Amino acid sequence: MGIEAALTAEGFATLQLRRVVNWARRSSLWPVPFATACCGIELMGTACSRYDLARFGAEVMRFSPRQADLLIVAGRIAVKMMPVLQRIYEQMSEPKWVISMGACASTGGVFDTYACVQGCDQFIPVDVYVPGCPPRPEQLIEGVMAIQRIVDNDGIPPMGPDGRRIPLGLVVEPTHVVRPQPVGITVGR
Amino acid sequence: MPDTPPVNILDHPTLKVVRDAFPGKRLRATEFRGQSTLIVEPADLHEVLAFLRNDPRCGYNFLSDVAGIDYLNYPAATIGRFAVVYNLACHARDDRFFVKVFLNPSLPTDGNADDPALCVDSACDLWPGAEWPEREVFDMFGIRFRNHPDLRRVLLWEDYPAHPLRKDYPLRGRGEREQYRVVDRASQ
Ligand code: SF4
Repeated sequence: MGIEAALTAEGFATLQLRRVVNWARRSSLWPVPFATACCGIELMGTACSRYDLARFGAEVMRFSPRQADLLIVAGRIAVKMMPVLQRIYEQMSEPKWVISMGACASTGGVFDTYACVQGCDQFIPVDVYVPGCPPRPEQLIEGVMAIQRIVDNDGIPPMGPDGRRIPLGLVVEPTHVVRPQPVGITVGR
Repeated sequence: MPDTPPVNILDHPTLKVVRDAFPGKRLRATEFRGQSTLIVEPADLHEVLAFLRNDPRCGYNFLSDVAGIDYLNYPAATIGRFAVVYNLACHARDDRFFVKVFLNPSLPTDGNADDPALCVDSACDLWPGAEWPEREVFDMFGIRFRNHPDLRRVLLWEDYPAHPLRKDYPLRGRGEREQYRVVDRASQ
């Protein structure tokens, strides 16, 4: 990632520790895939070779939440599933981020029934919402890149006025334009 | 085939066998698109099912499904509010047969009260595969099965306050999906 270019012939570089930590952190966002429905298939497609989430350092799907930085909630969450989701979230160590992938995870989608949680952000903090049913892999990658940019620029964790971390609450804009990757990220409030 | 109105000819051979075997019992039958349904009184259900399984002329060795129905606001008149349907199959004759009981609740149906009128005998001793479908009928309609080995909810969580496939239960529930612990970053 350009580090070599900054090295002198002797192999030394002067840089801010904060920046290099952020760089390392954003280049190794390890996701825990909480894939409960069809969005999980798209998540697998994102990780596979055509879209290749490995380009963003996020290919190491960790099935242990203790080894993961990024919780990707992909699919509808039944109320019976909430204890599992919350437990996985709590087991992840800080710093951690949450992507709510797809209409179901963000709002309940078409499953407006007694047993389906109408948006997992009611019960756990969500940093980035990725719309779509399912979102295209490009959109999910944009969501990952949104977190990467925050980590890179602002450092982590962004604190609220009370000194506690606040959920980022970013929304990736719905887009059906197929563009070459990587692209500049489109992040709106 | 000319377009004739459907006629219930009720010529399924099992119907006659059952009628001859249970002369004193109240049995009714319907037919829809060639599929015959025998309607029995709830008290007779287990006896008739056992006969259908054990009698060599019937030989329904396989229970494909157990389903519950709520007929609230059904456009046509029905015998009872709830029904339980046993869907039997005979592999040797490639034959299907349905046995149905109607039940009327004696208590209000909006909670999960243990209504003694909504109770039939379990078929688990005849077909062990009845266990989970009967649990599902219990879960969704609150119809209890006597002598069931493990009558717990199968889909919803244990302390769910209602039986959601009853037609008087609102589709979006009564707040069950909203009342849950909130985890935020401050709580860690
Ligand atoms: S948003 Fe669409 S694709 Fe994703 S889980 Fe819901 S129904 Fe499936």
